[in-house]
Amino acid sequence: MGKTLFEKIWDSHVVAGQSDGTTLLYIDRHLVHEVTSPQAFEGLRLTKRTVRRPELTFATMDHNVPTDDRLTIADPISRAQIDALETNCRQFGITLYGLQSDRQGIVHIIGPELGITLPGCTIVCGDSHTSTHGAFGTLAFGIGTSEVEHVLATQTLPQKRPKTFKVEYTGRLKPGSTPKDMILKLIGLVGTGGGTGYVLEYAGEAVRRLSMEQRMTICNMSIEAGARAGMIAPDETTFNYIASGNRPFAPKGAALEKAIAYWKTLPSDPDAAFDRTLEINASEIAPQVTWGTNPGMVMDVTGRIPEPDKVPGYSRRDVEQALAYMGLKPGTPITEIKVDMVFIGSCTNGRIEDLRAAARIFKGRKVAKGVKVLVVPGSEQVRRQAEAEGLDKIYKEAGCEWRFAGCSMCLGMNPDQLKPQERSASTSNRNFEGRQGKGGRTHLVSPEMAAAAAVEGHFVDIREWKSGSV
Amino acid sequence: MEAFRSHRGLVATLDRANVDTDQIIPKQFLKSIKRTGFGESLFYDWRYRPDGTPDPAFELNEPRFNGASILVARNNFGCGSSREHAVWAVHQYGFKAVIAPSFADIFRNNSTKNGLLTVELQEPEVEEIFQMTSRYKGLEATVNLEEQRVTLHLPEEISFHFDIDPSVKDHLIRGLDEIGLTLRQEAAIAAFEKRHNTQMEARG
Repeated sequence: MGKTLFEKIWDSHVVAGQSDGTTLLYIDRHLVHEVTSPQAFEGLRLTKRTVRRPELTFATMDHNVPTDDRLTIADPISRAQIDALETNCRQFGITLYGLQSDRQGIVHIIGPELGITLPGCTIVCGDSHTSTHGAFGTLAFGIGTSEVEHVLATQTLPQKRPKTFKVEYTGRLKPGSTPKDMILKLIGLVGTGGGTGYVLEYAGEAVRRLSMEQRMTICNMSIEAGARAGMIAPDETTFNYIASGNRPFAPKGAALEKAIAYWKTLPSDPDAAFDRTLEINASEIAPQVTWGTNPGMVMDVTGRIPEPDKVPGYSRRDVEQALAYMGLKPGTPITEIKVDMVFIGSCTNGRIEDLRAAARIFKGRKVAKGVKVLVVPGSEQVRRQAEAEGLDKIYKEAGCEWRFAGCSMCLGMNPDQLKPQERSASTSNRNFEGRQGKGGRTHLVSPEMAAAAAVEGHFVDIREWKSGSV
Repeated sequence: MEAFRSHRGLVATLDRANVDTDQIIPKQFLKSIKRTGFGESLFYDWRYRPDGTPDPAFELNEPRFNGASILVARNNFGCGSSREHAVWAVHQYGFKAVIAPSFADIFRNNSTKNGLLTVELQEPEVEEIFQMTSRYKGLEATVNLEEQRVTLHLPEEISFHFDIDPSVKDHLIRGLDEIGLTLRQEAAIAAFEKRHNTQMEARG
């Protein structure tokens, strides 16, 4: 019996089997940000422990960073958290891409950019969207602060082996549908707890045709299906990404050739068995829009807000609560829902290809009256690249705000927030109550769908809208 | 870490599924660099009205749940972000155990590290606890980890068996310092590092 991609990586990182049935797993890369790390560093100090492998540990600040005037952090508590990370990195000898760095950005965007994320590695971070890095054929998952401390001190984690779940996307995406729609469709099908206990592997023709950035969008939201990790087998697309660009931590020359030879051994063997499988025909995936208060409450853009007793997997009460919070009535067509705010960015959709895709929609058009649009690059490198291509001008001419890199409105830990009852079309990953600001109402969509909603002031079916207006 | 063997306390119910970590502890409370002080912000947006006073419509604010130490909720409790602050908030509010049909993985892991017990019962069993809690004011329960049993203290006691990962059970009962245990395996870690390629050395 062959092995899956996950099993190959897991097996090559086993330090020791434990008597209690868990495995001590070696961690190749530890990414750190300001929100989930201060208590872990404090724990090290209290126990007089140190960081075992500071050269495998990388830090940046992203959650608290204001995206307008980034060097002036008005909130003293945010400032203190950022200062704490600076102090901790200095004291423990950890590389920090801080606010002054031209490589600063959202932790899951800069890992791949810098070549820190490589196939066959194990990567952890105190952040659930660490699953993003799985796009490289990497076993990457989010951990809590106690586990952050554990990895800092030991470079290992005791783990229970998860089960495997293969999601095969057959066929090809139709124009207007995107990787964001592929992952939202899956979450809608299995629910926000459907992947709990599993590592997902995304496969099939529709996945193989995607760029690395598109693959990252899919893996990013694995956790929204309950799976701590989601992976895609490395291939030529992966190798070309790693070999291109300015990636100081990626192997080069002969070292790269040697690495590629190894990476080619990683894909799941043809006879490997998965604990669960699911097939989705990508050619049938329509643009998706969430209507409720978790990412599994999602439907085709052509749909209408459901009746509370007609949503599989949710009780009547669940749906009534969600619709009451969202201020939506059953029967309303998705395309009649008006938006106040549009957010383009986040670790889900804040990369250069996302910004290009949204800019294509805005080019030569204006943002609808009364709608505010925030465009927030995922990293400073993405920002500079976008500006070199003139995307910032397209956005500004359309009436959007062009910002510096950070998590921004994905979660309102910084000044970018929705006001109560404000409704957003957002390219981020969570539509939980209050996530984007207390009382704020979030609809998750692709960058193209978000941009079109900004232009029209309400959701549109991008497939018809484009043919009608361009 | 605080050990957990058995706990008897007042039961409180939260009739919601997919309770996410953004509800358990909203983002504005994640800016703290401390590990304490989260209990009063638990379920903040549900628990308090805009003027900061407790919202009487929120279940946990009902006087009969005052002092509750066992929380019962619906499926997929703790989904969303990896913030351990969510576990700290639940624990520091005074809950020693949470009972639900299912939990999100990261929340459950984080709970184990903090001595908060997550108990998975079958959906009909959870439903029965909801009904009994609604019928009997002041219902108390005992969550016995050693026996893997939840007992409702009614005139005629009802009890449910629960399954739990043996390693989690052992850690909770002994209140182990997990990092200390791993550090004892220094020889194995060092030996692994000698033969393992982290791919960081491969830089060209």
